[in-house]
Amino acid sequence: MAAATHPSVEEVWGWLSEVPDPEIPVISLTDLGIIRGVEWQGDTLVVRVTPTYSGCPATSIINLDIETALRSHGIDKLRLERQLTPPWTTDWITQAGREKLRAYGIAPPIDGTAADGVLAGRIARMSGANLTIACPRCGSTHTEKISQFGSTPCKANYRCKDCLEPFDYFKCL
Amino acid sequence: MPSLPDMTTPQVAELARQQAQAHPAHPTVPQPDEGQEALFETLLRIGDSALVLGHRVSEWCGHSPALEEDIALANVALDLIGQTQLWLGLAGEVEGQGRTADDLAYLRDAWDFRNLLICERPNGDFGHTLMRQFLFDAWHHEMLKGLAASSDPRLAEIAAKAGKEVAYHLERSSDLVVRLGDGTGESHRRMQQALDALWPYAGEMFLGDDKDAQMAARGIAPDPASLRAGWDATLRHVLTEATLQIPEGDFSHKGGRQGIHTEQLGYILAEMQFLQRAYPGASW
Repeated sequence: MAAATHPSVEEVWGWLSEVPDPEIPVISLTDLGIIRGVEWQGDTLVVRVTPTYSGCPATSIINLDIETALRSHGIDKLRLERQLTPPWTTDWITQAGREKLRAYGIAPPIDGTAADGVLAGRIARMSGANLTIACPRCGSTHTEKISQFGSTPCKANYRCKDCLEPFDYFKCL
Repeated sequence: MPSLPDMTTPQVAELARQQAQAHPAHPTVPQPDEGQEALFETLLRIGDSALVLGHRVSEWCGHSPALEEDIALANVALDLIGQTQLWLGLAGEVEGQGRTADDLAYLRDAWDFRNLLICERPNGDFGHTLMRQFLFDAWHHEMLKGLAASSDPRLAEIAAKAGKEVAYHLERSSDLVVRLGDGTGESHRRMQQALDALWPYAGEMFLGDDKDAQMAARGIAPDPASLRAGWDATLRHVLTEATLQIPEGDFSHKGGRQGIHTEQLGYILAEMQFLQRAYPGASW
């Protein structure tokens, strides 16, 4: 295949932006920020993907979904590479992705509030900076953490003290 | 009549290996490429601790006292097993004999495991499990900080990734140790009992050997003893708040990182490895 007939890298990014995350299907893989690179190496398309959490069981499904999507667009020579550095951070979730999460009922991450091993210190820093996790349903900031871990490793469990609904918070990593 | 081997010396692992290899059905145990032994060992030590503790914690799945705790423990186990895949995957690469992370997890016997003994301790009650997790997390957090600065970028990148996850583990286990330690009379009693029972397994985390010294000299991994000050500081802070007494004794069980384990590891492996042993190569 001559180089000129390759779909452009921009076109491939566009296709990938239509592949939903298997566990939170309202956001795409590019919204999530886990696609770290797309390039042609000769006639092979190389896509670099970073895992969210080391043990995220969706990783193999994500790779399968990427492959299926790209093959459906006629890419037959394809290589997926795992990239660990720099490690994935929720800072890479796009603004559009955050809005989609909120609309879906998941409070998006508050940047700069990742765990550092000392919970009390982090709580103090957050309250000092007036950072609260707002209820994605009613917008109230009177919320409380129920559990550090929610339905997936990337989420924590919260409850709104005003509308009383439990909700997921996409925790900062 | 031949005398029994001295079960308290490191030779017991070698004796067991020789016995097993003399058995005709036992596959040859590969040896790492020359010059890579210490690095291979280091990767097994960190990877096996994550694997064995991850397996232990996963035993709570479906049995925790509250649904949130069940989910949280399963997620901690998942993180640890995910990290294991990275560490043992790299161990297999370094060894250079074609073994994958799965081969190392499922097809080694107890004497080839290099996890800390504290990781194979039985779960006990919920408080005991959380105390074990806290003592481990406080060490793991320090260890990964050290490894993230490794001169070997392959170790540094895994440690940087795992460290972010373990920061959450430590926050969670610290929080629960405080809540239960400074909780009811009964929860306080159980947490103190757990701390006293696990204390003799904590010291092993800081005992180095010649392989650790080689790794530290090359800047690949921190000297285990250097992690003690940070660990002590975390313990003082959290356990004081939890109104728990740090035990005074400094006796420490040791040997896990050299392949000498308690009988408990065998039970873990029997369950974890059964499928691959009975149906070699099975996948789904």
